[in-house]
Amino acid sequence: MSDHTADGLRELVATFLRTHDPRGDRTGFLRARFDAGLAWVHFPPGRGGLGAPAHLQAVVDDAFAEAGAPDNRPRRNSIGLGMAAPTLLRHASEAQCRRWLRPLWTGEEVWCQLFSEPEAGSDLASVRTRAVPDGADWVVDGQKVWTSLAHLARWAILLARTDPDAPKHHGLTYFVCDMAAPGVRVRPLRQATGEAEFNEVFLTGVRIPDSHRVGQVGHGWAVARTTLMNERVAIGGRPLPREGGMVGVLARLWRDRPDLRTGGLHEEVLHAWVRAEAARLAALRLRQLVAAGQPGPEGSAVKLSFAELSQRISGLEVELRGAEGLRHDDWTMRRPAEPDLLGRTATYRYLRARGNSIEGGTSEILRTIIAERVLGLPAEPRVDR
Amino acid sequence: MTDLLYDSDEEALRGSVRALLAAHAPWQRVLAAVDTGEPYDAALWRRLVDQVGVTGLAVPAEHGGAGAGYREVAVVLEELGRAVAPVPFLGAVVATRALLACDGSALLRQVAAAERDVALAVGFATAPDAAFDAVTVGPGPTLCGRVVGVADTAPGGLLLVPTGDGLYAVDAAEPAVRTTPVVSLDATRPLVDIDFTAAPARRLATGEPAATAVTAALTAGAALLASEQLGVAQWCLDTTVAYVRQRHQFGRPVGSFQAVKHRLADLWVELTEARAVARHAADRLGDTGTEAALAAALAQAYCGPVAVRAAEVCVQLHGGLGFTWEHPAHLYLKRAKSTAIAFGTADRHRAALARLVDLPGPGTVDGVTDRCTGR
Repeated sequence: MSDHTADGLRELVATFLRTHDPRGDRTGFLRARFDAGLAWVHFPPGRGGLGAPAHLQAVVDDAFAEAGAPDNRPRRNSIGLGMAAPTLLRHASEAQCRRWLRPLWTGEEVWCQLFSEPEAGSDLASVRTRAVPDGADWVVDGQKVWTSLAHLARWAILLARTDPDAPKHHGLTYFVCDMAAPGVRVRPLRQATGEAEFNEVFLTGVRIPDSHRVGQVGHGWAVARTTLMNERVAIGGRPLPREGGMVGVLARLWRDRPDLRTGGLHEEVLHAWVRAEAARLAALRLRQLVAAGQPGPEGSAVKLSFAELSQRISGLEVELRGAEGLRHDDWTMRRPAEPDLLGRTATYRYLRARGNSIEGGTSEILRTIIAERVLGLPAEPRVDR
Repeated sequence: MTDLLYDSDEEALRGSVRALLAAHAPWQRVLAAVDTGEPYDAALWRRLVDQVGVTGLAVPAEHGGAGAGYREVAVVLEELGRAVAPVPFLGAVVATRALLACDGSALLRQVAAAERDVALAVGFATAPDAAFDAVTVGPGPTLCGRVVGVADTAPGGLLLVPTGDGLYAVDAAEPAVRTTPVVSLDATRPLVDIDFTAAPARRLATGEPAATAVTAALTAGAALLASEQLGVAQWCLDTTVAYVRQRHQFGRPVGSFQAVKHRLADLWVELTEARAVARHAADRLGDTGTEAALAAALAQAYCGPVAVRAAEVCVQLHGGLGFTWEHPAHLYLKRAKSTAIAFGTADRHRAALARLVDLPGPGTVDGVTDRCTGR
């Protein structure tokens, strides 16, 4: 449906900027940008978009950035923008989209994700949190874990069991939970780095109106798959330049500190540099495929490689530093909105990187997904379906 | 910005090469030729030259070529790798690159029109930063010396011979040139040792221009070999996936076992990256300066080992079948392992990268590392 071009979108932004002062009220400006369809241009008209090709988003973002316009602080609402929004777009009603999408995009309302549970990690479909109908509401009881942003979020996407007798993938329903509702308790979950990016969330008799159900009762797994697919294919931000990631930290350290160099570590640094550059080019190729309208499954490869590389490189950096590698900056409990990978000691990078092959789908699960969905290999026999 | 995709012309070229190879170079035919002592398939080479025009692809139109480029050459090499096709294309591309760099325009026209086969007379393992002192120049000029393990030479073809001071053209049919076939690890890419005993030669370039031409040729070889390796690896992955889907043990497809799946998933990830690296190397060959050298070094540091792993996984996951002579897996294993040494090992290319991106080794003095002591 798209007759949109980069030039056409630049013109739309220019027109918008003539009537909206980018240095005026921040929220007002962002709301107007949403209403003009310049929020996420590939979304449909009326929902913050124009139905334009997704790759033209960068053109719009660049044009606003050049004008000094405020952005919607996307990193503060990564779950909302990256996962909740595409799920709502695909599965929510017109009224639900109208209520939730604009404040989500502007950042007025932060979102989190109530999926994982202590007994449901990789095997997410085995969630036990119950939702029981009661009049026009559902009453929810259970415990969720590894919830980033829960302490800042106004809304959560929630996967709960509504039919304990159905086969496990068929007894689930997808809701939007008000994090300010009575019965929602958020507790920081301190991790190996000493800080708490994540939370445990306890749900005790939480009432969710049926109007906050997304998709049909019992169809929660299909809705959740949309969310998870977006988790795995999301590639935000700009393409990295050479040495743009963690390998740059290692390379600069190697150059700055001849006293640390040994023959064995030299080999390892070169191996890591080669792998990182190959992974960077693969991510760049994926972007080019998406821009050409041929999105492929390469996103899974990018995530697997990223996890492996960040672990290997950060471990190498600690070792290279030798005696300095024994020193950590601070174990004080903090509540960062996102990990501070470049601002802290190598030990922090090393410890935080351990999570990279666990969060957002473990590397083992990812390999199985690649094997089955990309390569078409048969599934293992299962006892739970 | 580097374009890492394939355009529609490139895909069309791939289609015609693939169809030609499917019709005239099925693996059964390639395997049978190994036992005949006639390793190169001259008829297949003729078809590629006449029907696809492969020898002129990277030659500019003013020299009688198609004026396409190395991106297209790379696509042809992917397909040749996928078929372990026994044709001297890579060697021809490398030698043509040397001619392009030193204005051998009359020769270039002959080569582009495929009137003559041409090869660079250096060992197949020669890295772009190698020095050449095996052949010396006498009066005439004439050449004396011995070059071992040269790939892609043709009887009656033209040899481009680097020496310590220049680059010379020698007719391989000269009596003073003796070529001795080697029993090579990769029988689909035969090697020869060449003795020059006062062989009459024509000087193409001397000094710096000659060295530049040879380095450019070997850099192109290293960069483009990555696409052949990608083709080899892709065949290995595709063939193995197809096999483990239908091979049953313990009452279920072998490909349903996680230990098998995860090896193949890892291989797919590596192939995804190798494709980006190989496309990058082919795309950058048009550049002058260090970017082409850097992309070529990266290509051989990364893609060679990927092809070897792919072939080794292919043999392993075919079980006993993969270890037999009658299954083609060994052809790919031999091709992959040979190419991992060709134009310099991955280790040589990592050392080149260390210089190119300023990651010097311990005890480096003026950019030269003592790799023996590591100090």
